Amino acid sequence: MALSLARPRTRRNTELVLLIIAIAIVLVAYANVGLAIEDSLPVDFYTVGGGFAVVAFAFHLVLRWKAAYADPVLLPIVTLLNGLGLVMIHRIDLAPGALDDAAPKQLMWTVVGVAAAVALIFLVPDHRRLRRYTFSFGLAGFVLLLTPLLPVIGRNINGSRVWIGLGGFSFQPSEVAKILIAIFFASYLVQTRDALSLVGRRVLGLPLPRARDMGPILIAWIASLGVLVFESDLGTSLLFFGLFVGMLYVATERRSWIIIGLGLFLVGTYVASILFAHFQERVTLWLNPFAPGMSDQIAKGLMGMAAGGLFGTGLGQGHPELTYYANSDFIIPSFGEELGLVGLFAILALYGLIVERGLRAALASRDGFGKLLATGLAFSMALQVFVVVGGVTRVIPLTGLTTPFLSAGGSSLLANWVIIALLLRISDQARRPATDTRAERLASEDTQVVTTRAPHAQRGRA
Amino acid sequence: MNAPIRRLGMVIAAMFCALLISTTLIQFVQARSLDDRPGNRRTLLASYSKERGSILVGGTAVAVSKRTDDQFKWLRTYPQGSLYADVTGYFSFTYGSTGIERSYDNLLNGSSDKLFYRRLTEILTGQSAQGASVQLTINAKAQEAAAKALGNQRGAVVALDPKTGAILAMVTSPTYNPNLLASHNLDKVQSSYTALLKDPAQPLLNRAINGNLSPPGSTFKLIDAAAALESGKYTENSELPGPARLRLPGTDNYLPNDWPGNCGPGGKVTLKRALTISCNTAYASLGMELGQDAVRSMATKFGFGQPLSIPMSVTPSVFPGSLNKPELAQSSIGQFDVRASPLQMAMVSATIANGGKEMTPYLVQSVRDGNLDVIESTDPKTFSTPISKSTADSLTDMMESVVTQGTATTAAIPGIKVAGKTGTAQHGKGRNADVWFTAFAPADNPTVAVAVLVENGGTVGQEATGGLVAAPIAKQVMEAVIGK
Repeated sequence: MALSLARPRTRRNTELVLLIIAIAIVLVAYANVGLAIEDSLPVDFYTVGGGFAVVAFAFHLVLRWKAAYADPVLLPIVTLLNGLGLVMIHRIDLAPGALDDAAPKQLMWTVVGVAAAVALIFLVPDHRRLRRYTFSFGLAGFVLLLTPLLPVIGRNINGSRVWIGLGGFSFQPSEVAKILIAIFFASYLVQTRDALSLVGRRVLGLPLPRARDMGPILIAWIASLGVLVFESDLGTSLLFFGLFVGMLYVATERRSWIIIGLGLFLVGTYVASILFAHFQERVTLWLNPFAPGMSDQIAKGLMGMAAGGLFGTGLGQGHPELTYYANSDFIIPSFGEELGLVGLFAILALYGLIVERGLRAALASRDGFGKLLATGLAFSMALQVFVVVGGVTRVIPLTGLTTPFLSAGGSSLLANWVIIALLLRISDQARRPATDTRAERLASEDTQVVTTRAPHAQRGRA
Repeated sequence: MNAPIRRLGMVIAAMFCALLISTTLIQFVQARSLDDRPGNRRTLLASYSKERGSILVGGTAVAVSKRTDDQFKWLRTYPQGSLYADVTGYFSFTYGSTGIERSYDNLLNGSSDKLFYRRLTEILTGQSAQGASVQLTINAKAQEAAAKALGNQRGAVVALDPKTGAILAMVTSPTYNPNLLASHNLDKVQSSYTALLKDPAQPLLNRAINGNLSPPGSTFKLIDAAAALESGKYTENSELPGPARLRLPGTDNYLPNDWPGNCGPGGKVTLKRALTISCNTAYASLGMELGQDAVRSMATKFGFGQPLSIPMSVTPSVFPGSLNKPELAQSSIGQFDVRASPLQMAMVSATIANGGKEMTPYLVQSVRDGNLDVIESTDPKTFSTPISKSTADSLTDMMESVVTQGTATTAAIPGIKVAGKTGTAQHGKGRNADVWFTAFAPADNPTVAVAVLVENGGTVGQEATGGLVAAPIAKQVMEAVIGK
């Protein structure tokens, strides 16, 4: 058929090759840890390693089936990061004085995360469907964000109240809230972008929007300040506000939003830093991590990274366990120590690639919602990496965000797999040839009952 | 919306650049200073996780790292126990290190820049890192002989090669077993260390170089004699007043000889004879005739008051400043506030043995990397030239007569010419003398110079003299070197 000749390549085979390489690197790293620490291959090398590979390949097969045109680089990168995170968490479990076995838990959450991502690929054949639930998502997101403030289930861990506890599990709802709110923002901004960008007055040369259009923005600002003040978490606050301002800028193309947003945020942080002791301590330690009589957490992380130098000590041969939270908040210094500056650069490059692929999906996307959502998700990933890595390397004061895919922590892993699934879905839509949907539809009309999805998809595009 | 997405991409790129810069700053630019921060446990642990180079005497390792199963990975062991403790020092996780372990730490643990290219190949080929090994100048036989001869007596022995300055033996007593402090059982290490610190005999002290410096007694007469001969106004045969006791100018006090009687017929004695029998009155008056500046200047040329490291730093010996006449008289016989280390006195003998040229003492012959390539080796260096060849020859002649017919006949080795000088430094009532002997042999072609200090009379107690207690120890060390 002439139509099939014009089909662009799905690039699924590229993904397969990259995925094999990623899994191979993870398995080599896992073997390396075993050999370095116990002088033998891990006893569960074939079962756990094989299981990990099966999970990744399963996702790959799902993509072949349900999202054939999805970006071929995302899954291999995320598999590599998730796998390296598992290896490092396992390696820190083996260190003397480790409290509990975090790696099996993380492995379980990996499976849960992949399952959630696969489910999303199945349940959401077109990302535009998500727009149906714009305000439900928004409400759910803000409620989730504020749940740690509730009595009974709210938990204060390490000075930040961003956790909820249910039974034996603790969960960071902000991770999931991040996705819901990104969907809400994207959908809301696509609707109101014209009002936000065209109507308004100029004040001091800055085009300001109308007061009623400002409403939701002020709500977002207050919500993020609320997180900052009541949950004492600069990182989450920065993440949400940054996400919102970034998306607002992309939607309206007005730089004034960035200036207004940054201004509001700086004022909020400055006031908080005056009012809250917890905050002042963070700032003092940011400026002088060796301040006597204060937490030496950053200092220990810095010493760990310095010990790694350019090439690192090698997996299993450093002492990342000397830093507190070496497998969660401080997993980046753990990698810096054992894989060296070279290894950290590689990890940062992997994150950079995820973000770049996300933005590329946004650029290629044919609908405003897809563009905004992909941008938001990619930008949130970038912000989170910046806040976490910047926090441990003294670019900004330390805050308690997780490192996507690397840190031990179920909620974070689950949320990040969902983000990747959304990006895969958007990129699939973006790259899927327009003729393809029609051809499929025609084919299906010939043989079977018309599905309800196709007309809806068409309506969305119109 | 694509234009702002691209611009946002630029912002993200800038954010990632900030992270690349910050990580580079930490892991590359500031890495060294962070590693060197006090209290950095990683640096300490890192020095354990690599195979530390050995410290060698001859072909035998006296400090070697052995593989262990615990978190430290390598255990530092000292196969000869306490024998080389004062040279190697200890290597302890809790208490740091001393001796060569400390002075050569960078090379032993492989972090020295001198090993850079080797480290680079290790990184590239994935070999396990290994420190460099340090070859000492110590002569195992001399060290063993010195330790055996000194026994349990409190004191120290130093032997030098007079031609090079290489240290052939360095023993102090009491000492300690460095294995106790290098152990990975940190509780035991702590109790061992506390016990060593509390011990009044101060076993952690290296008496050869850092002791509570003792007065050198009559061995200091060598320096008076050197000053006299160098002045040109005296020869070996110049006559000096040698009464039974010398009235100290301006006082009613007398400075006596070690025996009741004159040093020679009519209270006169030659420079040589006075040294042979260790006549106090003759050398006290010689010191006063020469003047304190001449004596002090000669002492300084020999190394008194001068910094020295071998590579452990040596406590400088002392000749006091601005003395009155009675003080000068007492200082001239190595009493009053004169203080000397055994190493210093060995250097005096070595200088005379080497024709007046004093060599800088050193403990490390060479350093080799894991491939046995020499990374550095020590070339003998002249420390100073305090006396001329002819003065040295005269002093050699005088010192030989000390051994053949004077106070140190106990140091004589059959068939070998030995040159030496005894010292017996009084401390006043309640304490026995610190006794000294310094010597070299063979006198006609010296291969070893030695100094022995035994504190508080050693096993002999009140009756102790340099000739009785210290000279036999020196003899055994010299025999060990010469191979008799």
